Amino acid sequence: MSSVLSLNKTRSRWLTFGLLALGLALLPFLVDAGLGRSWVRLLDLALLYVILALGLNIVVGYAGLLDLGYVAFYALGAYVYAWLSSPHFGLHLPFWAVLPLGAALAALFGVLLGAPTLRLRGDYLAIVTLGFGEIIRIFLNNLNAPVNITNGPQGINLIDPVRLGSFDLSQSHALFGYTFTGIHLTYYLFLLFTLMVIFISMRLEDSRIGRAWVAIREDEIAAAATGINTRNLKLLAFAMGATFGGLAGGLFASFQGFISPESFNLMESIMILCMIVLGGMGHIPGVIFGAVVLTLLPEALRYTGDWQRNLFGQIYIDPADLRMLLFGVALVAVMLYRPAGLLPSTRRRREFADAQG
Amino acid sequence: MDIFLQQLINGLVLGSVYALVALGYTMVYGILELINFAHGEITMMGAMVALSVIGALALAAPGLPGVLVLGAGLVVAIPVCVALGLLIERVAYRPLRHAPRLAPLITAIGVSIILQNVAMLIWGKQYIPFPAILPQGRHTLYGASITDVQIAILLLATAIMLLLILMVQKTRLGRAMRATAQSRQVASLMGVDVNRVIAATFAIGSALAAVAGVMVSAYYGLAHYYMGFLLGLKAFSAAVLGGIGNLGGAMLGGLLLGLIESFGAGYIGDLTGGFLGSNYQDVFAFFVLIAVLVFRPSGLLGARVVERA
Repeated sequence: MSSVLSLNKTRSRWLTFGLLALGLALLPFLVDAGLGRSWVRLLDLALLYVILALGLNIVVGYAGLLDLGYVAFYALGAYVYAWLSSPHFGLHLPFWAVLPLGAALAALFGVLLGAPTLRLRGDYLAIVTLGFGEIIRIFLNNLNAPVNITNGPQGINLIDPVRLGSFDLSQSHALFGYTFTGIHLTYYLFLLFTLMVIFISMRLEDSRIGRAWVAIREDEIAAAATGINTRNLKLLAFAMGATFGGLAGGLFASFQGFISPESFNLMESIMILCMIVLGGMGHIPGVIFGAVVLTLLPEALRYTGDWQRNLFGQIYIDPADLRMLLFGVALVAVMLYRPAGLLPSTRRRREFADAQG
Repeated sequence: MDIFLQQLINGLVLGSVYALVALGYTMVYGILELINFAHGEITMMGAMVALSVIGALALAAPGLPGVLVLGAGLVVAIPVCVALGLLIERVAYRPLRHAPRLAPLITAIGVSIILQNVAMLIWGKQYIPFPAILPQGRHTLYGASITDVQIAILLLATAIMLLLILMVQKTRLGRAMRATAQSRQVASLMGVDVNRVIAATFAIGSALAAVAGVMVSAYYGLAHYYMGFLLGLKAFSAAVLGGIGNLGGAMLGGLLLGLIESFGAGYIGDLTGGFLGSNYQDVFAFFVLIAVLVFRPSGLLGARVVERA
């Protein structure tokens, strides 16, 4: 009896997986046909933010360490890619060599930053990481003289796209009788990395390490008392989050072909934080949901411009300015009314319910 | 020698402003163990409101003496900031007092972003110049110069800080604040209305922030919706440097940070052989912050902080 049930369960599980895979594979074409090319680009960006949000989720969601300078790791990954794969230094290394390098450097910086600060209380960590993010940005902005390393505020452009041999991912290709444009191909590349990051996150969540992180988040002293090496595990969370940040940075650089310090300001960190808070800290589907919704939000907000014009005859509030304001309101409102996020995990909901009760 | 003296003066003036803002951080932290991220934005709001009033008055009554106009700006800015501080405490922090630590931190960030963007919607994205109403006097002191505005900032900041110390040490409210900082439960058992004390702390901190905001905009001659972020970060660093939760520490930390920045920016070019210039001025606060947290997390004057579960 039970074996039949489990067989059915496995079969339906495979069916769900199959449908999901098919849906994800067809998504860019459906979006392209239904909403237009620019939305496919947004889809690519959404995947990038899913990677970033899942990376930050390890630090904030699992280990409970508020990192407000996460964008610094993103920036490091992007600049490493730009340095090693653009005319800036005349280097053109292949992406499979550069991406891991960027991720590794980001991880190294994560450890360097974490080592002195992680023994401190959580709120100090927030401030120090905030400062760290600003330091990196100030250096990126100013390291163009006397030796031009970052090209200052102008940023670095003409960054190589991802190339496999002679296969340039940013160009259109005819495959199996269909034409795949650059943004479609980028979608599949990003999807691959996103699935990898999701997989790693899922495996981490149920592992010894993941459980130790949750223990640290819920009560650090009790965790230490049960024999968890809290310092090393916090460092690991930091390094792991930074790795994903660096990876996303490299992908971003190859995707845009241009980076400047302006892309890596504090608001970007806040936006990624907002994604995981909104979706549900520590809960993978919630984080993915938050990342996708908040990436698509600015595009949706464009319509408020039309509404304003229809209602008042002119635009009072620039929709782009509305975005950050909404993020702020969302952070406060979610924390006050649904502290576990819009798609919370059961454990998280219990935790907050206990604390409130 | 004159460069040294000049940087000393600049550092002290800047530092006394940092100290005023740092006091707001340190008082709230002392009582609630909460980093009030929005404090820098309250400073910005103070500057913006005061500038609007000053600008309007300077247009409406051009003959009025500058000090009077400035006073009017302060008289409007202080209540606005106090109301804002109280509102933030009531709406964003009080409901979360027993929530996990991360929750109030995140709302604090949210509030600070809301304030920033509201300010941007009201006053726009451009820099707002400070009207030329103040005396432009300049005095020379052993080869260094000091302006009337700088002297006024120094005197006013010192007076406010002395008053604050007196208030905390001598008055009933001050005693209630100290008791609440030691233990909220015990203080409330002794008949202290803890919620009122916390509200009063936010009110005082916000009033100081309003004054500091006006000082900064008068000193640099402009205000901007984003000015609160960096100012807040530096002031927080100053509070940590002095020992967070400690009033004297915030003042000392503010002055020290002002001096470090001023001397750092003045000499970094010579020290690094021209490799790094004064455009790295803003980095010093963060390095100070990280260094303090690594080597002496309790700050210069702070008691040892024990991790509480």
